[in-house]
Amino acid sequence: MSEASPAKAYALHLGVIVLLFVLSFLLPDYYHGLLARIMVLAVFAMGYNMLFGYVGLLSLGHAMFFGAGLYGAGLAIIQLGWSVPAAFAAGLACGAALALIIGLLALRTTGVAFMIVTMMFAQVFYLAILYFAAWTGGDQGQVVPQPARVLTFGATSLDLTNPTMRYMTALGLFSLVLLITLAVVRSSYGRVLVAIRENEERTRMLGYDTFSNKLAAVVVSGTICAASGAAYALLFGYVGSSFASVQYSILPLLWVLLGGAATTLGPLIGTLFMYYVIDLTSGYTSAYLLIVGIALILLVLFFPKGILGTIRQRWLGWLP
Amino acid sequence: MHFGPHLLLATLEGLVTSAVLALTALGLSLVFGVMRVVNVAHGEFFMLGAVLAWAITTAISGHPALGFLAALVIAPLIVGAIALVAERLVLRRLNYNPEATIVATIGMLYIIQQLALTFYGPEARPVEPPFSYRILLPWFGYSGYKLSIIAASALLLIATWLVLTRTKIGLIMRATQYDSETAQAFGIPVGRVYGGVFALGAMLAAIAAVLIVPISQAHYLMGQDPLLLSFIVVIIGGLGSLRGTVVAAVLIGLSDGIISMFFSPTLAKIIATLLVAMVLVFRPQGLFGTAAR
Repeated sequence: MSEASPAKAYALHLGVIVLLFVLSFLLPDYYHGLLARIMVLAVFAMGYNMLFGYVGLLSLGHAMFFGAGLYGAGLAIIQLGWSVPAAFAAGLACGAALALIIGLLALRTTGVAFMIVTMMFAQVFYLAILYFAAWTGGDQGQVVPQPARVLTFGATSLDLTNPTMRYMTALGLFSLVLLITLAVVRSSYGRVLVAIRENEERTRMLGYDTFSNKLAAVVVSGTICAASGAAYALLFGYVGSSFASVQYSILPLLWVLLGGAATTLGPLIGTLFMYYVIDLTSGYTSAYLLIVGIALILLVLFFPKGILGTIRQRWLGWLP
Repeated sequence: MHFGPHLLLATLEGLVTSAVLALTALGLSLVFGVMRVVNVAHGEFFMLGAVLAWAITTAISGHPALGFLAALVIAPLIVGAIALVAERLVLRRLNYNPEATIVATIGMLYIIQQLALTFYGPEARPVEPPFSYRILLPWFGYSGYKLSIIAASALLLIATWLVLTRTKIGLIMRATQYDSETAQAFGIPVGRVYGGVFALGAMLAAIAAVLIVPISQAHYLMGQDPLLLSFIVVIIGGLGSLRGTVVAAVLIGLSDGIISMFFSPTLAKIIATLLVAMVLVFRPQGLFGTAAR
């Protein structure tokens, strides 16, 4: 993927962002709202992809980072009455701190043990939300009040509950994270991460400190997921424990596998595709978990590289 | 009730939990030990066992013991057959790659759970116990059926141990666990052993579920807790070690029974899960296990 001209890759990504911007004016109301949600969740998937796709670490506990952002931002507003930017920063800080601690512990293990340890820490996080129900609202969750979700800069105020504003904020976050991912992947640090995925022993032998590189990747990944969670709390105004449950650890894995692990645009395509399939089939059946299950099995059996991974392998070798 | 009898009651309840947990966790441990596959759908095989037990007992009229005995035989066989099909169709094609099989068994988990919800419904349904004899202790009466669960589980554990250590089948399984390539070179049909072990693991979970369902009701989400607890037991006991699994099951079952009787169950779960995660981080071979080869 290195022989490609960087201009082509950047042009493609800017094209996608412009397309999403234009779609904002074309889509009917229902899909407009849905796409805003998909973009926020695609950020979650991009954070997951950072670790799973590029470093090859399969975590089954990323819901806790999403949850840390969600609760960090949501509770800062509900319980402490902070402003929107401060709450967003609080969400990011919670996610980064949690990722640092989890990374320090979980990275002592590898392979299957890493998956189980991350799953268990996420379970502890989830149970803690239920246990401290007086503060978090438990499994009922809490609504972030509408008046608190307004950005004010001096005289101008931006209402995040307004659909257009919400879409543009989601698009802004999505674009920012997409470009950051692209930059990280193309940087020498990104190359080291891929080297660790391909052969950790050899990378260490070449003189790279694999532990701190992996730790940095966990923190970056956790912070991106927390950004998605914080944005979700601020834009959609609901903070609930179901977002920290095991299911929300599995979903980003599914989205990334579907779109293509270790591709920058794969997470968006996976999230979009999965939402579309669920939306399409919801007319016939409410059993959407069945579709999730079948999709997971079919993907690992026949399509382990996902949509963009296959396209890259067959036709477009330059895709980042 | 005074503290002493209270503690005795908690201990008995804990032992019942341990008995069921040991069977379920043994299934998970066998599958992991022999095949190196982490079966996330294990809890769903447990749930299927309970749901099938309900279906069988309602289909058979007459004395409740009749239906129960039929369920105890038929439900595990059906679950084993389902597991075998899943193994042949999915896991074998993935070459038992640890990461791919985890993703695939997560898929199975969702499929089984959703199918159970669609065909069985969201209600929790009771199954009548085969007999309702109460043993009268000086302080409280205790269900004789619960005590028989402990006995049945102990018998099954001993039987499994005998099969593993004293029979040709057990020898073949242990050889495959020790070194599958060498076993293959010596003419052991490793693929068939894997299929059999996966079915056996699921059947153990189903038997445990049939045993517990008269006192806990069948529900489509009931597989979640046994899955997590089995993970905890298998990790503490050392992945793939039978003796460790049983010791850990008794330990976890007892402490779960006692802690949740005196403290909040959620807090008990938080502490247990956190402790186990720490065990896995700092002592990956488990408390009783030996270092992995």
